[in-house]
Amino acid sequence: MRAPTLSQAMPQASPATEPALDADAYRIAHYTIVPQRHYGRIVAAVLILGALAAIIRAFAVGDIEWRYVGLFLTAPAILAGLVNTIALAVCAMALGIVLGVLFAVMRLSKNPVLSTVAKLYVWLFRAAPALLQLLIWFNLALIFPRIAFPGLFDVRTVDVMTPFVAGLLGLGIQQGAYTSEVVRAGLQSVDQGQYEAAQAIGMTRLRMLRRIVMPQAMRVIVPPVGNEFIGMIKLTSLASVIQYSEMLHAAQTIYYANSRVLELLFVASIWYLIVVSVLSFGQGFVERHFARGVAADRR
Amino acid sequence: MSTATPSAPIVRAIDVCKRFGNFEALKAVSLDVNAGEVVCIIGPSGSGKSTLLRCINQLERMDGGAIWINSELIGYRREGSRLHHLKDREIARQRRSVGMVFQRFNLFPHLTALGNIVEGPVQVLKEPPKQAEERGRALLAQVGLADKERSYPSELSGGQQQRVAIARGLAMRPQLMLFDEPTSALDPELVGDVLSVMKQLAVTGMTMIVVTHELGFARDVADRIVFMDQGEIIETGPARELLSAPGKKRTQDFIAAVRA
Repeated sequence: MRAPTLSQAMPQASPATEPALDADAYRIAHYTIVPQRHYGRIVAAVLILGALAAIIRAFAVGDIEWRYVGLFLTAPAILAGLVNTIALAVCAMALGIVLGVLFAVMRLSKNPVLSTVAKLYVWLFRAAPALLQLLIWFNLALIFPRIAFPGLFDVRTVDVMTPFVAGLLGLGIQQGAYTSEVVRAGLQSVDQGQYEAAQAIGMTRLRMLRRIVMPQAMRVIVPPVGNEFIGMIKLTSLASVIQYSEMLHAAQTIYYANSRVLELLFVASIWYLIVVSVLSFGQGFVERHFARGVAADRR
Repeated sequence: MSTATPSAPIVRAIDVCKRFGNFEALKAVSLDVNAGEVVCIIGPSGSGKSTLLRCINQLERMDGGAIWINSELIGYRREGSRLHHLKDREIARQRRSVGMVFQRFNLFPHLTALGNIVEGPVQVLKEPPKQAEERGRALLAQVGLADKERSYPSELSGGQQQRVAIARGLAMRPQLMLFDEPTSALDPELVGDVLSVMKQLAVTGMTMIVVTHELGFARDVADRIVFMDQGEIIETGPARELLSAPGKKRTQDFIAAVRA
């Protein structure tokens, strides 16, 4: 069978054969425009609300004394735990960011010693689980009974390695390994031309990083670091295993005494939810700050 | 060899070589540029024009040869018969006296037009910010953008960005300005503004090396034109002479091709 040629396959479109619309047919400027209807969304919303209502009802009628949730929400022990959680998360994250920036800059350095050290750091501290690292720091006294620097100080490790310090080192150092990868990606996202322009006005490498490259890299760095900060808030709950009295630890201590397990866990959940909400809000602010000059339409 | 006279050239490049892998970008290029001179480098793409410029500003490290700027050997410290690579800090110091304008502007997007201009003077030359801003405003006026000091690069047209970039280079009070195809990334109607700023600058006596495809600008403004092809300087001469009566076949072909 012969394949149809193009002219056979295509309808004959010659202007002469199409009847022109009459003039009225073009006057539609005053018509009402009806947006597309999204019936699917309405159905989905109704189903989800129904499911939500069922879950809430289950919790409401279940064997949960909501009175206790309210009672313990502002209990001094819980609030102290909350403060400890925030303190550890903020300090560990600060340490993580400092180490992250330091090792990212080292990693991208032309100096092979620095970049190799940075690679080793990331490799080592990303490999071990955070819980395991916490335990190692907390038990450091088993390897180094004393920490000393000749002529400056000499202390027993168990006196220094408090649960807070062990938590800070364990969480902060492994966070630094993750953050350094984020920072490295950020630094590499900055256009090569920016490096050259900074060099052309006589900037040294460190000044260029601080004044030109980092401010631009921040746009890429802030969202994942904000994400990791939120992760860190929750990661601090691991420090309960080394007797750091953060919020989960406080909740557990209470429910061991009064057996209101779920109630106390809800108390902790509510506080985590509040802290994380505040952080997400703050992240938006920081992101807008570093969008200067890029998102011209927001100004 | 000439001895250093009072009128030593601002730039003296001798036998500069640069390889990228197996590709020889520059094959023993020598060039003198005198104070106040405007030199345009023309030639087909890949001929080594930009590479030469980038070697002069040490954005590329030479594989052979040497460059002096104002009689100072760049990139090396000489000890007896040895040449030691300079440290980052020293290279940064040497770059201060050379302004560079890039094809793609490379303005700092997180700083305003004025911020871009004062960044070098304040951070590198340690000028007081007030004084640097005052001079920055004067430079913006000089390039015809007095009303744009608070604009971010993303709010400026390509031509405006390139003029800010020229002001940024001038803010360092350079003895030499390098232009790497400054109008190649611009829409045709914006080229004129940038070229006229460069023309004004030439009139003030600034020493300029301009890599360009704008033969009209080269003819009107350049004292000398250098034609490069395949990593070599093929021919150099006074602008009008070289453009109207090129001596070498390759130069003739190139000029004919660009004009066509």
